[in-house]
Amino acid sequence: MTETLLAIETVSVAYGKVQAVRGVSLDVKAGEIVTVIGANGAGKSTLLNATIGALGAQGAIRFLGEDITRLDVEDRVARGLLLVPERRELFSTMTVEDNLVLGGFRVPRGVARDTMAEVYDRFPRLKERRDQLAGTMSGGERQMLAIGRALMSRPKLLMLDEPSLGLAPRIVADIFRIIADLRAGGVSILLVEQNARAALAAADHAHVMELGEVSVSGPAAELARDERIVQSYLGFH
Amino acid sequence: MPADVPWIKTNPAAALARSEPSEGGNHGRPRAVDGTILLFLLQDGITNGAIYALLGIALVLVFAVTRVIFIPQGEFIAFGALTYALLEAGRLPGTVWLLIVFGAVAFTFDFVAMLKDGGGVRRLAKAALLDLALPAAIAGTAMLVAGRGFGPLAHAALTLALVTPLGPLLYRVAFMPIASASVLTLLITAVGVHLVLVGLGLAFFGAEGVRAPAISDLMIEAGPLLVSGQNLAVYALTAASIVALWLFFERSLWGKALRATAVNRLGARLVGIRTSFAGALAFGLAALVGGLSGILVAPMTTIYYDTGFLIGLKGFVAAIIGGLASHPITAAAALAVGVVESIASFFASDLKEVIVFSLILPVLMWRSLTQTHVEEED
Repeated sequence: MTETLLAIETVSVAYGKVQAVRGVSLDVKAGEIVTVIGANGAGKSTLLNATIGALGAQGAIRFLGEDITRLDVEDRVARGLLLVPERRELFSTMTVEDNLVLGGFRVPRGVARDTMAEVYDRFPRLKERRDQLAGTMSGGERQMLAIGRALMSRPKLLMLDEPSLGLAPRIVADIFRIIADLRAGGVSILLVEQNARAALAAADHAHVMELGEVSVSGPAAELARDERIVQSYLGFH
Repeated sequence: MPADVPWIKTNPAAALARSEPSEGGNHGRPRAVDGTILLFLLQDGITNGAIYALLGIALVLVFAVTRVIFIPQGEFIAFGALTYALLEAGRLPGTVWLLIVFGAVAFTFDFVAMLKDGGGVRRLAKAALLDLALPAAIAGTAMLVAGRGFGPLAHAALTLALVTPLGPLLYRVAFMPIASASVLTLLITAVGVHLVLVGLGLAFFGAEGVRAPAISDLMIEAGPLLVSGQNLAVYALTAASIVALWLFFERSLWGKALRATAVNRLGARLVGIRTSFAGALAFGLAALVGGLSGILVAPMTTIYYDTGFLIGLKGFVAAIIGGLASHPITAAAALAVGVVESIASFFASDLKEVIVFSLILPVLMWRSLTQTHVEEED
């Protein structure tokens, strides 16, 4: 039995009176890619934002066995739980390199230097553009920078919110290749996607979210084969 | 508040401006302006402008990081000036007790927050160290140093050590608990903090004004101009501070973290930069810059507990001209404010403040006409 990294236990999130997420439970084990798929507005992003601590949540969130439900975002980051948000949230008027440097804010300087070399190896494009301002880059490059910045913290679990959103198909393929590479490098991933076919192809486990609740869960390969599920929940991607 | 804050009348031109009306027959209008007087005015204006530049930059910094329009920045100057002048006079400044009181209040806040959210012994120890032990250590040093004639350099360093921690402590008590409030709420709080600080200034420093001896009695003749050692110190230290701040923001990790928080607060949190850390750091820098400005001002004019407000407002005019965003425009605008003020004090000394504060109007109009309105983030 592999180690459970993240355990989300009957988590509910409300915006005022509107329940955006209701009693969702899911696990991510070490070395796994778990995906949460579903239509727009199903509560997927809300779930990730609650998991990182940017939104308040009811229920329990455990990371490496520790209850982190009441910790601040910054403390969760310090424990190795990282989110690449849907809107990237880069430091747009700062250089690519400064964005990466800040990604390593919580790690010792020496480690940060080595990690930056690794990130540049993984994303040569970022190295080429290291002195360019983050806000002047293309959508695909910004996504790579957002992932690179999160990697600078040496995450144990990386949560990706719609990494393929708004990107050209060729770049989407790049992003999913990067996700597979990351897992091979020992980073576990919780992936939220609307691009269900690509997400199911990359993931080990999958959960379908619908109106704030998980309606179907199972091995990703099984869900991908089930045409009924794919059609009724995910539409034709 | 004194009717006319005796702010900087240091050179012959300004003295001339004051004596002008009494010279009869011309109803206060200057008879002739020659190039020498203009040069004096320019020099005077640039000296004051340099200090406004430091203030303006501190205001821009605090606003960018915390969204607080920090009206009480002037109080840091007054406290810095009073502290330095009193130390130079061989007395123990009230800042010592002020710092201890601030620390005790901040510790109470931290203690209550800890009871509410938990966090254990480590958090309590950290709060005790920063809120109680550090201020006590600085205050203790001040008590040992005060009155022993250690000289201006030691007194300046001690002044900075006493004033700088007031920034983070003030942030902890007044602004951190409402960090996510609207800009308007933060502004109202800033005005409230200003009133409280002026009151505390009266309580801890008394109503009496003080003035420090000049840093040096050096006088350099440069053509028709007399440049004092004090003027040179203002130019050199202002320039050095601006370069140091620039290096801090461009090169150091903490400086970059402050910029990152200013650019994207959520993004900063997602890489582990605590908003409260950035806020405390910004306020600490603002207090440091304020304390330094105070030390520079102290030998140039008599400082009262409430002198800081008007000086601070001039820096504020510069910061507004810089859109509360641009450091270089703010610095340039501050120099312009200083020069305009100096010239206005010569030609229309009664209307000096009116003219200086009117500078803000065309800028605001131009901004509201040319720039799209920025919605406040929610």
